[in-house]
Formats: sequence, structure tokens, C-alpha cells
Amino acid sequence: MCGIVGLFLKDKTLEPQLGAMLTDMLITMTDRGPDSAGIAIYGPVGDQAKLTVQSDNPDADFQTLAEDLADVLTSPVSLGRNDTHAVLSMANDKVSAARQALRELRPGLRIMSDGDAIEIYKEVGLPREVAERFQLTSMSGSHGIGHTRMATESAVTTEGAHPFNTGADQCLVHNGSLSNHNALRRKLMREGVRIESMNDTEVGAAYLTWKMQNGATLGEALESSLHDLDGFFTFVVGTKDGFGVVRDPIACKPAVMAETDQYVAFGSEYRALVKLPGIEDARVWEPEPATVYFWSH
Amino acid sequence: MQSYDVAEQGLRGLNAALQAQSTETNQTQWQVQNPKGSHAIAVGLDAPIEVTVKGSTGYYCAGMNQQATVRVEGSVGPGVAENMMSGTVIVEGDASQYAGATGHGGLLVIKGNASSRCGISMKGIDIVVHGNIGHMSAFMAQAGTLVVCGDAGDALGDSLYEARLFVRGSVRSLGADCIEKEMRPEHLTLLADLLERAGADAKPEEFKRYGSARQLYNFDVDNAAEY
Repeated sequence: MCGIVGLFLKDKTLEPQLGAMLTDMLITMTDRGPDSAGIAIYGPVGDQAKLTVQSDNPDADFQTLAEDLADVLTSPVSLGRNDTHAVLSMANDKVSAARQALRELRPGLRIMSDGDAIEIYKEVGLPREVAERFQLTSMSGSHGIGHTRMATESAVTTEGAHPFNTGADQCLVHNGSLSNHNALRRKLMREGVRIESMNDTEVGAAYLTWKMQNGATLGEALESSLHDLDGFFTFVVGTKDGFGVVRDPIACKPAVMAETDQYVAFGSEYRALVKLPGIEDARVWEPEPATVYFWSH
Repeated sequence: MQSYDVAEQGLRGLNAALQAQSTETNQTQWQVQNPKGSHAIAVGLDAPIEVTVKGSTGYYCAGMNQQATVRVEGSVGPGVAENMMSGTVIVEGDASQYAGATGHGGLLVIKGNASSRCGISMKGIDIVVHGNIGHMSAFMAQAGTLVVCGDAGDALGDSLYEARLFVRGSVRSLGADCIEKEMRPEHLTLLADLLERAGADAKPEEFKRYGSARQLYNFDVDNAAEY
């Protein structure tokens, strides 16, 4: 069992409250996932790319990181620290070089996300504690996805928490369990895909990334996941300008959607949505099995 | 009229109060405020009381019901009226998966749509859905009647035993051992009664009947060598 929440704002005046609204939804889903929590938030797009990184030793790792990275890239880098995470901002064409350089400079660092808009924050702990340490309530943005994890397939660790980054400005969260992840992991690793944990969802994320690197759109990658992934899943994917939902054909993992003039919201349970403005009059429905849905700006 | 606010007074208190009602209770009318999607609202009731829930609920609303009438003025999460024994449960909105699962008796009315596995393993309950139902509905259904005024999803009645299924609209596919059957006068009578009790504006003649071909669960001597 896990909990998923998602919120896509149509009404720009709500953007300063995105973090607060998502945090409420996330904490409501604690019963479904008390092990760890994470959030992907899509903030304003500037003229720089953002790499969000995480460290188990943030004091040591982050202290001179911006300078060290700037030296290697010969291009300015700025760092904004948020607890165990930091957002590195740099020129758009420096991202892949920065990924390479970080492996040398700080081998213990984990890259949570990269993109123009996305920032991913995730840690072990109760959703309320995770939300507080990153001050999620103060974040603003156009849309975001959150996940509360009850681990079934692999250890309770930061890298086992969701969301998973699947490409620039893209992420995946999962409720369910994949049963063919070992075979698929071996196949993807033979194809040269980097997979770092024994987690089933990381394989799902790597699968989508691999499909898209081979020319598929996100929608096509999700469609083919219905054939290639065995197991139970409700996936929510975040993109630069919106989010998508797909459930496996059996669809036993719950999903509720709500739409008003102001937002489109996703929750594993209706409970997660009850504090949203105007929910009483929202159109509320369950996404159909084996059907890919997208909302975008 | 007794009124109970779940947000202020808590869920356990609600079920304790409702379950404490005896067959002779004078407190027969209950109103439940602010359910806010909570799970297990009005479960395990066993008295002829009427409970109105003013909003949408989460999992297992009105589960294990006996005698009581529970009306939800909203939608319900998974497992509404699960294992109901008797009484009536009415949902004004939609129902999530496995509505009425394993129910032994009583009447479940869903005025909107029900999603997957509606009536799974039903054992005598009557279910009337005004809208559509999702895939794998009435899976391994043993007894009782499922009436669908709209359409049915994939694999309707898979591995069906002796439950009776009536669908007015289309059926995307039938499950293993489920077949369309002849509509006889006694079925029209049964349907007319259920539709009236469920407040559904549909004519019995518009429905088709589906049931078990009885090939899957009966021993066939020609297959003796397989055992």
C-alpha cells in the first residue's frame, strides 16, 4: 500500500498555495504510507536548469559544492540548500556535464531530479516530518505530485522513496508492486541503463526513461508499460507542464480524480481531496483501467 | 432525529452509538455530518434504523449491515455494503470497486456508476446500479441478483455460479462460463420488483439476462482423466 496525491492548478492565483495544499493532501495519506514521503514540485521556469541533489552528509558535501562544480564546468553555479537537499542552478547546456562531474566530486551525492521547473524532495520518515524538514508548505508552483510509501518490495531508504526522476522535468510515483522487475532490471542494465537500487519502481522509472530515449513520447512509453510491466500499478507521472495517470488493467490500486475550474486533483483516496476549495461541487471520478490520462497547461 | 458530527465527535463514537441500537430502539433516525471520505462509516449495524450520511465516504461504508437502511448523499469508496446480510444501502453518487462484495442479503442501490468488481462473490444480495459497472463484476458470484441499467465492463460474471445478472446496456465482454440466457416471465417479475424498490426508471423488457453456463463448476465425466 502507498498513497499518491497530485495537484494541477488551472487557477494561477492558487500557485502560492500549491505547497500548502499538497502538504495537507500528503499528510492525509500517512495511513497508506508512513515509511517515507516525497514530493515533486514544478516551480516557475527561469533561464537556468536546476539539479536537485541529496546527501546523507549535507554539511560536508554542500559546503563548497557550488564553487567546486563551477570550476569543473567553467560556468557559474549557484546552490540553494534545503535540509538534506540542495538545488544547483546552472546554464541549461551544462546539466549533463554537471551530472558527470558530481559523480567525481561527491560520489555519495544522489541526484533527485533535473529540469527547468522540477524539484524533488524525499526522505525517510512520517509525511508530516518530511514536509516540515523541507518546509513544503511554503513552496509555490503550477503543479506537483506527492507520495507516501509503505515499502513492500525493497528497503526503506531515501533512494527507495518516490518520486523517481525519469528524464528532464519528468517524474514517476507508483502505488502497487511490479512482479517482473528483476528480469526487467537485468534487461535494462544490459542496454546500459543505470539502476541503483533493488526497488521495483526505480525499474519502472528506468523503463520509461529508456523508452523515451529510444524515441517514444511519454504517452507512448506509458502505453507500452501496460504490456511490458507485470504487476499492480497506479502510476502518476509529472511533466514540465502537467501530469498524467495510468492504472494497470486490473486496477485494484485505488485512484480518485477531482476537477473544478481551478484545479485537477488526484488522490489514492477521496479523503486526500476533502480540504480542496470547492470540492463539494467538483466532478469526482475514478480513472479507467489501462487508460492513459494527461492534463497540461 | 439524532445527529452526529464525525469531524467533531470522531468515527469510533459514531459506530459505537449506531451499533448500540437495539431492535426496539426509539432512536430510529440518524444523520451523519462531515464524513469527509472517512473509512468504515456505519458498519456492523444490526437494528431497523435509518442512517443518512451527508457527504462522501471512504472504504467499507455500511459493511456487514443487518436490518438498517443506510443512505449516502454522496459517493462511496471501495467495498460499500461489503458482506451485507439484510437491510438496504442507497448511494446517491458513484461507488468505487467491489461494491456489495460477498453480500448475503439485503438490497444495495447505486444511483451513479459502480467501478470494477461490483458484486464480486455475492452470495444472495440484490444490487441495482442505475449507471454502469466496471470490469470483473459478479466474479464468482454465487447467489442473488445484479441489475445494471447502464453498461457492463469486461469479463462480466467470470466463473459465475448461480447469481442472476441483468444488463440493460452493452456488455463489453462476458467472463469465462457466463452466457446470455432466455428472459422468462419470472425474470421480468423479479426485475420489475427490484427496479421499483430501487427507484430506477427502466422497463424490465429492456434488459438481457446473463447467467452461468454451468460448465466450469460442475464435474464433467468426460474430464475424469484430467484428475
